[in-house]
Amino acid sequence: MSDAVLAGSEPRQRLSLDQRIMQWGLWLALAFLLAFLVLPLATLLLRAFETPEGGFAGIENFRTYATTPALLAAAWNSLWTAALTAVIVVPLAFAYAYALTRACIPAKPLFRAVMMLPLLAPSLLPALALIYLFGNQGMLRGLLMGGSIYGPAGIVAAQVFYCFPSAALILSVALSTTDARLYEAASALKASRPRIFWTVTLPGARYGLVSAFVVVFTLVVTDFGIPKVIGGQFPVLATDVYKQVVGLQNFNMGAVVGIVLLIPAVLAFLLDRWASRQRTATMSGRAVPLRPAPRAMRDRPLLLLCIVVAAMLVGIVGVAAWGSLIRFWPYNLTLTLDNYDFTRFDTAGWDSVWLSMRMAAIAAAVGTAIVFVVAYVLDRGPQHGPLPGIGRFAAAVPLAVPGLVLGLAYVLFFNHPANPLGFLYGTLAILVLNSIVHFYTVGHLTAVTAIRQLDPEFESVGASMRVPVWVTFGRVTVPMCLPAILEIAVFMFVNAMTTVSAVIFLYGPDTKPASVAMVHMDEAGQASAAAAMGVVILGITITAKLAQLLLGALLGRATQAWRR
Amino acid sequence: MTAAVPDVATATAATLRPGDAYLQVEEVGKQFGTFVALHRVSLTVQAGEFVTFLGPSGCGKTTLLRGIAGLDPPTTGRILQEGRDITHLPPSERDFGIVFQSYALFPNLTVAANVAYGLRGPAWPKPRVRDRVAELLGIVGLADQGQKFPAQLSGGQQQRVALARALANEPGLLLLDEPLSALDAIVRQHLRQEIRSLQQRLGVTTVMVTHDQEEAMGVSDRIVVMSRGRIEQIGTPAAIYERPASPFVAGFIGHSSHFEAVVDSPSGVIVAGGMRLGAEAARPLLFGARVTCFIRPEHVRLDRADAAPPGALIARVTGLEFLGPVCRVSLEAGPLRLLAAVAPVDLVALEAVPGAEVAATLPPERLMVFVDDV
Repeated sequence: MSDAVLAGSEPRQRLSLDQRIMQWGLWLALAFLLAFLVLPLATLLLRAFETPEGGFAGIENFRTYATTPALLAAAWNSLWTAALTAVIVVPLAFAYAYALTRACIPAKPLFRAVMMLPLLAPSLLPALALIYLFGNQGMLRGLLMGGSIYGPAGIVAAQVFYCFPSAALILSVALSTTDARLYEAASALKASRPRIFWTVTLPGARYGLVSAFVVVFTLVVTDFGIPKVIGGQFPVLATDVYKQVVGLQNFNMGAVVGIVLLIPAVLAFLLDRWASRQRTATMSGRAVPLRPAPRAMRDRPLLLLCIVVAAMLVGIVGVAAWGSLIRFWPYNLTLTLDNYDFTRFDTAGWDSVWLSMRMAAIAAAVGTAIVFVVAYVLDRGPQHGPLPGIGRFAAAVPLAVPGLVLGLAYVLFFNHPANPLGFLYGTLAILVLNSIVHFYTVGHLTAVTAIRQLDPEFESVGASMRVPVWVTFGRVTVPMCLPAILEIAVFMFVNAMTTVSAVIFLYGPDTKPASVAMVHMDEAGQASAAAAMGVVILGITITAKLAQLLLGALLGRATQAWRR
Repeated sequence: MTAAVPDVATATAATLRPGDAYLQVEEVGKQFGTFVALHRVSLTVQAGEFVTFLGPSGCGKTTLLRGIAGLDPPTTGRILQEGRDITHLPPSERDFGIVFQSYALFPNLTVAANVAYGLRGPAWPKPRVRDRVAELLGIVGLADQGQKFPAQLSGGQQQRVALARALANEPGLLLLDEPLSALDAIVRQHLRQEIRSLQQRLGVTTVMVTHDQEEAMGVSDRIVVMSRGRIEQIGTPAAIYERPASPFVAGFIGHSSHFEAVVDSPSGVIVAGGMRLGAEAARPLLFGARVTCFIRPEHVRLDRADAAPPGALIARVTGLEFLGPVCRVSLEAGPLRLLAAVAPVDLVALEAVPGAEVAATLPPERLMVFVDDV
């Protein structure tokens, strides 16, 4: 066949093999997100409008919900505890982040590392520690002056610990992306320090503040572990879903509560998207980074604050760790490893730890591969037609879906008798898939950021030399993005290890993750064993984090020559 | 003036023997949504020729280049390379090498691996690849840099690596997308001559995109001047400088001052700001036609006001710019604002200081006259 014949018969641009591969990749990505995100959520939505017998109920379920005072009270409780937590956490996190980014204090890396500590353990752990200190047998119970830690006080206190890292992380990013020239201009115009703070610093960080507030609010509303452990008789939305589904087996009402839970999460998600769009619009690419100069008046109080906060974060984890080593709190304070003999408390024993590790490792390996390839195809693949836009939207959705809602959606979808994917129910595979989808968006955003930093012409250069796109992907894109890939993998691993909310509906008799075992032990009154399990999980995630740092440093040394 | 554009293109094509055309762009248009980036442009590039697309940003020059590369295929028209229709072929099925403004060197591969990137498959056993890479690095003067990474090289060296990589497969067509604009002025000047001599040595047909007219003038066999998605003129550097085909080209290429005028009688006379001036180019124009006249500073002759030659305008000096080899003098002759280039030594004799008066002569054969669009 001559070239002329080939060319003459083609009315439109013919897709090359590369482009067809990218197109298939796009379809596969959408199929994945459809099967494991969209369809389960759609099932959840449908079930909320069904009677228990499967007939159409209209808004009857919602009417029942709205006329049940106990359920409404839970919604209100969720809202106000979340708002209160955010009001406490955000200023604290702002000060901490300000100290890390805008002040001259020693040991910043250490403070940064300590800040992340609560993210590495299930949310139950700070709650357990608070019970050790202020519970019915608490050592510092007297400080409450007759009040009870079981209820809103405990929930808010534990949530403050649990949400602190997320808020501090967002705010330190917001505070570190600033233009030093703005400060030079302000002081050249003889503005006073408070005036600079109010007119430059705060406006520069305002979207970060919005984001932090929104994220904390959502975390609290959707968290299940803390109210379960320390909430006592204080009902919130997250525990209601669990009660309706696991306790009362009322899946339809569970679906309704799930949707109610989805509303604040979706609103928060939209608000956050708005804020981040505003932020990118106000940032210029040519900003000069700000290097703070030492100033004792500012640095000393901030250092003190950092020390106090860090001590509390370490202290709360330390109390849990200590409690896990105590023979019988608080009467027999001799140390023992008995609480780590998990077979005494739970039939699965240490198996649930191995299972969690297996699940997290598979989620990290498979999830990272899926996330990265999908992000690559969405960003560098063909951009015509609606598919890439749909794909990007779908990739952002999981962030707005609370784990409990996703878990419930999975139960309803995969447990449905007509579902050909039903064989997945109760297997390790469904736990892995659920974890991947649950934590998809953060990984996706990390991947997209890394890919966007590469020259947009790499693929064009490859194509001009007739090198297939997968060769360029393997030889250039992946090696260049290794730090980001490592970060995604560890993020997936850590979150799969610590998550409770989604998997609590999905585990089978042989697939109980460590975090769920922790909830069960606490339910059974074995707080010490639960704390021990939490400490084991924390140990594993800290090891993973350290491995990331080590690998990252090795990688950095090996690739030093290419970066400059 | 726009009507003249296809004429220019066909005139150029007509002077070529058909066998010589290497790349033919026929009526190529490109639309992004409702925005028209290219309006049916046509041009021909001969084998071994160095052609530059020159224009301000947003004129469609990069769009045209990317259309030729197959990176953004055109919405209408045809592109033929060696007589073969490549309009809708994906880039991987075309025959070209490309250097991007950012170079797009793979940072994680050594210089040698970058150059060898396209040398794969059974035709390229390892020893052959090694020889070819050594040869290419020798050609671009980086023979001893093969084991370094791109980040360890200077901008100019990176540019050479990109060039060597683009030439590795011996493409029939070399595309250069603003290849020098990321470099310092001095490196840029040096490197563009190197690119030119390399291109002549290898005889590879080359299309370059640039917004820098000096760069375009310095290296091109022919320049395609573009504006707002259309070709304004195609010609040799001398031709577009001496005989611009449109007011846009006259204003964009080189420096010039311009003013409005009306064609008067007898033929070859125009009236600008109440002053009668001779203009050879106005001879064929109708009496009363509104025109825009351009004149280059080096063509404006200055004399002392007390020794004004006949037909000279008395002008007031409003500003002086010292540029080294010449001084640029800003003048006001009635309502006309003019620029003149004068050697610094002559300036002293003229006593041209701001506020002084001098006599400015606009040679009739040097005035470039364009009829205004109605």
